[in-house]
Amino acid sequence: MAMLEIKDLKAEIEGQEILKGVNLSIEPGEVHAIMGPNGSGKSTLAHVLTGRDGYEVTGGDALFQGQSILEMEPEERAAVGLFLAFQYPVEIPGVTMTTFLKEAVNSIRKARGEKEIDAMQFTKELRERCKLLGIPEDMMRRSVNTGFSGGEKKRAEVLQMAAIEPKLAVLDETDSGLDIDALKTVADGVNRLRSPERSMLLITHYQRLLTYIEPDHVHVMVRGQIAKSGDKSLALQLEEKGYAEFAEDVAA
Amino acid sequence: MASESALQPFHEQYQALSNAQDMPGHQLPWLSNLRERGMQRFDELGFPTPKAEVWKYTNLRPLERQVFVPATGTTANVGVDRVPSLIGEQAGHRAVFVNGRFRAEMSSLGRLPDGAEVLSFAQALETDPGFLERHVDQIASRHEDQAFYHLNSAFMQDGLVIKVAEGAKIEEPIEVVYLAAADEEALAYHPRTLIVMAPDSEATVVEHHVGIGDGTTFANHVGEVAVERGAKLHHYKLNAETDAAFHVATLHARVDENAFYDSFTLTTGGRLTRNEPHIVLNGAHADARLNGAYLQRDKQHCDSTTLIEHAVPDTHCREIFKGALEGKSRAVFQGKLHVHPDAQRTDGNQLSRCLLLSDQAEIDAKPELEIYADDVVCSHGCTAGELEKDPLFYLRSRGIPFPVARRIMVESFLGEVVEEITTEELQHAFMSRVSDWLSRSTE
Repeated sequence: MAMLEIKDLKAEIEGQEILKGVNLSIEPGEVHAIMGPNGSGKSTLAHVLTGRDGYEVTGGDALFQGQSILEMEPEERAAVGLFLAFQYPVEIPGVTMTTFLKEAVNSIRKARGEKEIDAMQFTKELRERCKLLGIPEDMMRRSVNTGFSGGEKKRAEVLQMAAIEPKLAVLDETDSGLDIDALKTVADGVNRLRSPERSMLLITHYQRLLTYIEPDHVHVMVRGQIAKSGDKSLALQLEEKGYAEFAEDVAA
Repeated sequence: MASESALQPFHEQYQALSNAQDMPGHQLPWLSNLRERGMQRFDELGFPTPKAEVWKYTNLRPLERQVFVPATGTTANVGVDRVPSLIGEQAGHRAVFVNGRFRAEMSSLGRLPDGAEVLSFAQALETDPGFLERHVDQIASRHEDQAFYHLNSAFMQDGLVIKVAEGAKIEEPIEVVYLAAADEEALAYHPRTLIVMAPDSEATVVEHHVGIGDGTTFANHVGEVAVERGAKLHHYKLNAETDAAFHVATLHARVDENAFYDSFTLTTGGRLTRNEPHIVLNGAHADARLNGAYLQRDKQHCDSTTLIEHAVPDTHCREIFKGALEGKSRAVFQGKLHVHPDAQRTDGNQLSRCLLLSDQAEIDAKPELEIYADDVVCSHGCTAGELEKDPLFYLRSRGIPFPVARRIMVESFLGEVVEEITTEELQHAFMSRVSDWLSRSTE
């Protein structure tokens, strides 16, 4: 069974159609990348999949391991194993990273009928994960994303992903705003989480990220539809030629 | 036909108590005069109506419509076998009042440092009436029209007296538990608190107002506080009475040169709560913190009407009130900073922020700066709104269910003001009350 199957998905914001029939199938263990020009609907797809307010699905479906997720609350989607790394992680003053992560991990465990994580075990694992991602431990005592640099925020997203251990991670422009060192660290973190049971969907504007996280499949999204799919060589083509030809294809 | 407020038999009740010579200290002429004047003034003023600016947003008709019986030392029909505590073992000293009367057998005043005294008002009337005569009704100013101040003066029988001598420091917090305990009969009581901090003394007082039983109570507190030169008073309060409780607390505090008055009030309970502190910064480098948080639901009503007067140059105040409202509850914040003409270099700031957790909740916030000096730094800010959507979605996208996400956000919102409490242990005590309230409402 596919990890994620998107069938002719259509969605609009305030009456304006953004997704115009998206089809995409991701198998367990696969890493897919969606590229495309600004405004093509890449981030909208991520938001619709995770259940953000303000988007209305007008047609089609999205099945996660065979189960439609479009009617689920955001927390229910997280509980079944869907994770979104935000393009713009949100600052929450007054809530420490540790509290936040513990609440998140335990909420998901609870929803799955599992026991709460042992506090000692949690702290130990968190410390190791911070080390791997080059995150200073004192960041865990700071408020969620508050005052973090762009790079720190993106690392923190990957840290959350590591702690939550989702089945499918959607990474929305995780490379944006990162210098090359930060990009490598973040990519290393993501690569470490690749496994035959875990799928990933990378949303990116640039090919750069894909040299560090090699995708199995690359899709080009233009005007709310997948215009072309291929292997990682497609990303290199795009880097050379830009998106113009695809835009014409769709328009034609 | 008699108006509803005329149904309130306060005057008759006062006459009966007065004639029976039943009130503590009835033989003291100054006190009898004070009571008499209080009754007269209340008769003249009657219950405040929304026509008065300071009562514009709080309607007292539910209070007026209820006939109360004056609580006596034995009117608690409800079994009081366990005294709730906010701060547990942290309280080195605990004074317990039931319906406004001191209960020695439930209290444990512990060992106080030399020069510090904590005793009931009734007891002080016997052992140290001169001290009370010197201070009671001497601190308040601009109270002529405060009907509840005068009603308290008429009926005051007991309360709390804290007297800390020059340089004395009470290390452990003094917890003052005010139990409201009524069942069938609606009870009214009027406790008087007098705190006199002599120069360079220090104390922490935690008032814990709590209710048991199903009955209606009306607690009409008046506090008089003098923080003399260089002294520090940390004055914290939890209003956690039942939703059948009316609570009106009028406070007058004078803060002298280099003295620090630090207050925080958390209101979770009550049907109608009115806190009206009036702080006068009366000496150079006097400093006041007037902070508060409120959590209300259903039809609860919580009114914080504050006045801070900068009477002399070089004084400082900071005021933060934050709250969250559910259901059809309503909060009022009226905060006035009054800077006298020669009070140059005043530094005052004020902030009111409210989270509306339901469409039907309401906040009426009125910040007011009245500045007659020209060299001052004063600011105020005022916001009201719903929970922010983005953080809520962020938390939920990590698997945290809506009620928990909401609790986390409200806690962090209120945490900012709870953290103003200077003792970390007390911060935790108040914060746990915030969490309890939020857990009750959402899970």
